[in-house]
Amino acid sequence: MAILITEDTKVVVQGLSGRIGQFHAQEMIEYGTKVVAGVTPGKGGSTVLNRPVFNTVREAVEQTGAEASLLFVPPPFAADAMMEAADAGIKTAVCVTDGIPAQDMMRVKRFLRRYPRDRKMRLIGPNCAGIISPGKGFMGIMPPHIYMPGRIGIVGRSGTLGYEAASQMKALGIGISSSIGIGGDPINGSSFKDILELFENDPETDAVMMIGEIGGPQEAEAAAYVRDHMTKPVAAYIAGLAAPKGRQMGHAGAIISAFGESAQEKVEILSSAGITVAPNPSAMGRTMAEVLGMKAAA
Amino acid sequence: MDIHEHQAKEILKSFGVPVPRGGLAYSPEQAAYRARELGGNAWVVKAQIHSGGRGEVGGVKVCKSEQEVADFARGLLGQQLVTKQTDANGKGVFRLWVEEASDIAQELYLGFVLDRKTERIMIVASGHGGMEIEDLAEEDPDSLVRSVVDPAVGLALYQARELGFRLGLEPKQVDQFSTFLRACYRAYRDLDAMMVEINPLVITGSGDLVALDAKMSFDSNALYKHPAIASLRDPSQEDPREATAYDNGLAYVGLDGDIGCIINGAGLAMASMDMIQLAGGEPANFLDIGGGASPERVCQAFRTVLSDRNVAVILVNIFAGINRCDWIAKGVIQAYKEVGIELPVVVRLSGTNVEEGQKIIRESGLPIISADTLEEAAEKAVAARPQTIAAE
Repeated sequence: MAILITEDTKVVVQGLSGRIGQFHAQEMIEYGTKVVAGVTPGKGGSTVLNRPVFNTVREAVEQTGAEASLLFVPPPFAADAMMEAADAGIKTAVCVTDGIPAQDMMRVKRFLRRYPRDRKMRLIGPNCAGIISPGKGFMGIMPPHIYMPGRIGIVGRSGTLGYEAASQMKALGIGISSSIGIGGDPINGSSFKDILELFENDPETDAVMMIGEIGGPQEAEAAAYVRDHMTKPVAAYIAGLAAPKGRQMGHAGAIISAFGESAQEKVEILSSAGITVAPNPSAMGRTMAEVLGMKAAA
Repeated sequence: MDIHEHQAKEILKSFGVPVPRGGLAYSPEQAAYRARELGGNAWVVKAQIHSGGRGEVGGVKVCKSEQEVADFARGLLGQQLVTKQTDANGKGVFRLWVEEASDIAQELYLGFVLDRKTERIMIVASGHGGMEIEDLAEEDPDSLVRSVVDPAVGLALYQARELGFRLGLEPKQVDQFSTFLRACYRAYRDLDAMMVEINPLVITGSGDLVALDAKMSFDSNALYKHPAIASLRDPSQEDPREATAYDNGLAYVGLDGDIGCIINGAGLAMASMDMIQLAGGEPANFLDIGGGASPERVCQAFRTVLSDRNVAVILVNIFAGINRCDWIAKGVIQAYKEVGIELPVVVRLSGTNVEEGQKIIRESGLPIISADTLEEAAEKAVAARPQTIAAE
């Protein structure tokens, strides 16, 4: 099963005609992902990577039955492209774009609420590395070979720290069911809690590694969910112990501006909810091994 | 992006927010002239820096004569003001705002922020103005009233009214307050602000509402929509290293340690800083070179990190997804040639094209210290610090 993407997921790429969209779509196709079409307004009727390009997402969905969309759309047009995907009936959209205005995202989130639950698009990102179910398919910019297929879920804000976790686990013989990057922006499509819920209900996932960072309330919200509703074990790491208060650390959302938003405070909140927190970023793999009760932990 | 108080007041005024009359001055003579121009017999002279807490460190004064205005201005211009919000270097005072003195009966607090929990614009107000919001939240949390705005509808009149009554305002003031609030909201929304703070918002002796101080900051991701706002950027208020890095497309934050960091990805950059600390060192900076970094960008990152004289070791930590290890390796070697590096450099490469990257480093003949894991890289960087510094 895995979550959000499998070998059967039909993917459309918004921005396929661009250099970056084309490069990553090629990688996705080589990995076995079912990329069925591209959307670039004004380029309808052309072909890229042997896939038809449409002017609108609606046409792409009608012609190909696509259910997921990956967005490589520049910041000024990204919010509009997300709303277009939602309105065209896309079920899962992944937005890689970095630099989208926060108030644009505020309006996108408001827009998504107009759909009833069964028709509401799940948005991942923006400013994320994407999603992968190793051995099945991926949507995003990650190097897929570092992920070994297995039964551990990864959810994190940072792309590179997600890679770090996957490769540490691979070195210990631990594989991944799905890895989901939720992105580093202050307003994002899906929160830690949203993704933990999916992993909790996924029969092919046994435990989850959650990679948080300074800033925002989403780790605390996830901790409450784990404590009250989750049966599967969760390990975590929070980046930014050395980050000063009030300074933005690269990600637009990585800034300590309220109580409970520092790494130390988040570690305490997660620990008290029964989550095993890795003491440092090099110990993410070891910590997961311990949680799984593996001998490798020794 | 932050702007000055006088700029925030001019912007808010254009949206209909009442502000005291005032004028900008770059010299003592100009400050005195502004006072004469304004008329009256009392003026407030305020240092324009990108920081709060100016009043406590002598950056604001009520003056009773033009001479006093000029004297105060002379003493203040060119100074570095160190407030509790700045670092130890403080912020340079290069311009002053001279304002008519206001008759203050009551001080309120009013702030607009992007609330990450509700993912909407939140209004926070208090009947106790003049204090920092952090202190207010700690010392008098019950005085804070909040309201969240639905972006599809905007700030409803009833919400503004409700806040006004909860602050204990007179009915006539509630009407003024509602207008005031809706003007601030429009400025926040239309200009993609991240914060609007009026502290204090004063009620004058005659019962009118005036923004006595104003602070605005803007979403740097949205500046492309607002060139007039973008032009208000003031490099004199920024850390010069950070300003240069920003201009070169690098996310850089200067810190106090001596291990310079060149990392890809904000998360990995923060994690590397954490790892350095756990290994017994202190990072000199946060730096994310971003995705698809060319050798030139890597070179520029070295220049940026080396512009900090405290740096004793450089740690390059790359986990390449969208990046390529061979390009990073070429960039490191190019930096040795072009920038002239005499400090120890620790390089850890992983991910896309790692073999090619490691081969380039190995065959370069340069004294680069290689590491395979994040842990090893941090430990080697801490160990590579010159002994004299490490002994401190």
